[in-house]
Amino acid sequence: MTKTLITIDDKEVEAAEGMTVLEAAQSVGIAIPTLCHNEKLEPYGGCRICTVEAEVNGRKKLVVSCVYPVEQNLVVRTRTEKVNRVRKMILELLLSHAPDSKQLQDLAKIYGADKDRFEKEASFCIHCGLCVRYCAEVKKKNAVGFINRGAKREINFNPELAVKECWNCKECFPLCPTAALQAAYVFIEAQISSTPSFEFEKN
Amino acid sequence: MNNERVDQIIEKHNGEANSLIQVLLEVQNENRWLPRQALERISEKLQVPLTRIQHIATFYKAFSLVPKGRHEIHICMGTACHVRGSQNVLDAVKNLTGINPGETDLDLKFSLETVNCLGCCALGPVMEIDGQIHGKLSPADTAGALKKYE
Amino acid sequence: MPRINSSAELEKLRESILSKIDPNKRTITLCSGTACHATGSKEVASSIEEEISKQGLSDQVDIRKTGCHGFCERGPIIVIQPEGICYLQIKPEDVPEIVSQTIKQNQILERLVYVDSVNEEKIIHETEIPFYKNQQRLLFGNNIKIDPKSIEAYLALGGYSALAKVLFQMTPEQVLEEVKKANLRGRGGGGFPAGIKWEGSRNAPDDTKYVIVNADEGDPGAYMDRSLLEGNPHSVLEGLAIGAYTIGAREGYIYVRQEYPLAVENVGLAIKQAEEYGFLGENILGSNFKFKVIVHQGAGAFVCGESTALMTALEGRAGEPRPKYIRSNIKGLWEKPTVLNNVETWANIPLIINEGADWFTQYGTETSNGTKIFSLVGKINNTGLVEVPMGMTLRDIIYKVGGGIHRGRKFKAVQTGGPSGGCLPDDLLDLQVGFDELTQAGSMMGSGGMIVMDEDTCMVDVARYFLEFLTDESCGKCVPCREGVRQMLKILTNITQGKGKDGDIELLEELGETAKEISLCALGQTAPNPFLSTLKYFKDEYEAHIKGKKCPALYCKELIAYYIDPEKCQACMACLKKCPSDAIIGGKKTIHVIDQDKCTKCNTCFDVCPPRFNAVKKISGEPVPSPIPEEERIIAKGSKEK
Repeated sequence: MTKTLITIDDKEVEAAEGMTVLEAAQSVGIAIPTLCHNEKLEPYGGCRICTVEAEVNGRKKLVVSCVYPVEQNLVVRTRTEKVNRVRKMILELLLSHAPDSKQLQDLAKIYGADKDRFEKEASFCIHCGLCVRYCAEVKKKNAVGFINRGAKREINFNPELAVKECWNCKECFPLCPTAALQAAYVFIEAQISSTPSFEFEKN
Repeated sequence: MNNERVDQIIEKHNGEANSLIQVLLEVQNENRWLPRQALERISEKLQVPLTRIQHIATFYKAFSLVPKGRHEIHICMGTACHVRGSQNVLDAVKNLTGINPGETDLDLKFSLETVNCLGCCALGPVMEIDGQIHGKLSPADTAGALKKYE
Repeated sequence: MPRINSSAELEKLRESILSKIDPNKRTITLCSGTACHATGSKEVASSIEEEISKQGLSDQVDIRKTGCHGFCERGPIIVIQPEGICYLQIKPEDVPEIVSQTIKQNQILERLVYVDSVNEEKIIHETEIPFYKNQQRLLFGNNIKIDPKSIEAYLALGGYSALAKVLFQMTPEQVLEEVKKANLRGRGGGGFPAGIKWEGSRNAPDDTKYVIVNADEGDPGAYMDRSLLEGNPHSVLEGLAIGAYTIGAREGYIYVRQEYPLAVENVGLAIKQAEEYGFLGENILGSNFKFKVIVHQGAGAFVCGESTALMTALEGRAGEPRPKYIRSNIKGLWEKPTVLNNVETWANIPLIINEGADWFTQYGTETSNGTKIFSLVGKINNTGLVEVPMGMTLRDIIYKVGGGIHRGRKFKAVQTGGPSGGCLPDDLLDLQVGFDELTQAGSMMGSGGMIVMDEDTCMVDVARYFLEFLTDESCGKCVPCREGVRQMLKILTNITQGKGKDGDIELLEELGETAKEISLCALGQTAPNPFLSTLKYFKDEYEAHIKGKKCPALYCKELIAYYIDPEKCQACMACLKKCPSDAIIGGKKTIHVIDQDKCTKCNTCFDVCPPRFNAVKKISGEPVPSPIPEEERIIAKGSKEK
């Protein structure tokens, strides 16, 4: 495996070809915050909080480290003024959805994010996609998915599959950084149990 | 729409999973909406998870998971129509029909949608109903235009 | 129709087609694009067919239904060849006279020709009309010459000669060099050099490659690609085939929005015809090159115009973009090297091959070569599609070609680049149109939408409008766009409703920075542009809305009130009768008064008040004057004579 030499926060790191900047940083114990990332799943690049500054051929730009591939002589800085600013903004935007989330609160302390900057939103979900992706990629059941787009996007449990699969699984629950997953599932449970005779209709 | 017809449409697209959107478009165009049972059939035949189909059916504006009205009203909210006053036309139509964009009235007579550019900018503000273009509209004209539809 | 299996056979076919065409034969050319359909061209077409047959002229007169001519403001349009006599805004009732007078007796019907709005000069010939004269219609000019449903018409113009040249006289490397030399930059918005994109794919070590035509054209107000696809689909197919040959692709896709049924129909037909003749499929023109094209319809998502989202949609998924760190010309559709270009970009390719890169670069500026088709719309007199050389000034486009501002109002701004672009004010009217020039000024070329705005347009509302559009179209995957753009919309909506406060601008700028720096795709990255450009050039309007609770353009409903000037009102009851909310109190000979509680600001009274009275006013930022006492509202006979 060819090795690529990069620098992260002035530290030289030997990274394997095909590694992402996040993986390279984690391999030497440099912490970069993440919300939508999980080793068991394909990198998603949705929350953008793992943004870092990358310098290539003298040009600096912000990149999302969980999907950015390492390249020779890349210079990475995980904390700059701009990086701090955008991370703070992301947290403030997400805190309007889930102010009680421990993960978000811990990060908010580090970046000075104000949970009341934006008006509170009706939905807890921060769209990290961990539940959807875990069910699709690891369990391969696709019992929960996204519906709609943009700000109207939400997670949605498929009632028939939830009945069959989720009772005995619930492996995605601990992945959720907020209470959204439990809320969505409980809602579906309520729907299912309130329907007198629940049957599949085939053909 | 019965399963036989759904199967025919799937066959036409060679039963390929990547033709999913094309299959859904045909079902939508023919049936005017996507019934749950059709989605389940497609999921089974194309070997695609139902959640993915549901995401697609709700992601793209062309699809409707509920029956549409007999007449679909499309009001252009493109930039050219906007600067010529399409918001007022939309408000007038909302008032007259009692529904908001994305909704269908209880008689299943009208469905209202906003669209982003019908490409008839010279006629702005523009409203299209069942393929018929009503151009150079002012809010006062809308009542007369809608009266023609049963 | 036997397949064409060599360059020589193609030329023989072309000769035979040309020999059957009499250049002096009378032809009535009728614009039959979608926009003209909306003004009634189908009925005019039937009327023409009927009348020609009725008057026994079917053998002497050809009728040609073409794609869009571009002069959409004046449709339906016919041009009578070979003279080039142009009649505008035709109705079916005009047709019998046109046939008897002009066709049979060579007499011009003056009431149907173009009249110059300034000097009132009557212009008979299409090529002399300023709208057309000031354009450089290298691409679009062919629309008027062909029936898009006829491949023979395209062949008569020299169609597929570029493909033959490329297959038999050039290597892929030579084609690539020519495209690079021409410096053809993407016409879809990015302005990325096509040649460099093609080179990346050509050099990528993979046996399977793809080419894609991006015909998703989602920018509201832009319909150039539709008109090219409807009017001359073979030009796009030919360009696509040449591109496929160059990079080594055997399969191509045309991603068309399903909102363009006529374009879908015409391009589908063109593909079938091309396959019959051997211009697509196996052993094209008898060579070793094989290439097939599939049409895929979009399903209503603006974000699918973004190249990676488009590819995801082609793969049968929800159109969520992918990170562009690994370019799609290396890893694109199904992870294979893919060249995606806009319709107009592909349409330029046959021209460049036939005429050469040197010919192409004589048009335009140093960094932006060739021409660009713009959809010139909004508060402009000559709404339509215009093709001008890069480097023409905004002023010339708007005034010389566009004929100036609608209804004699005053120019305020021109918006280019769609929701990713910006608004440019009047002191930038002498800006030469080009990719870099527009970007430097705070806007961008985009796909070619050019929306003209006048003094009645509220620039704060324009920013709000684009953010509303983008919030609706955002795919929702990344935080800066899904959450950030939506928050920007909330703030701007509040500002337009008089709820703006100190700190709003700064928060908008901060949200804008986040979206710009780290959104997943260009939709989010360019979302702040309309706000940033209007803030830069029209800051006074923002301050008026936030501090003064006033809308200077008198547009934002929450900040304006409608008021009938008692000095001017003649109690004609026009507004009273039309008011949908019964908000006008008054009667015949009783001066009308608007009940502010009932008024919904629908603008109807303003529209219908006769111009000679001009009694309805819009007020903003000041209290509405109290109504005059009832006794004073009675108009005594003769007391209001001027």
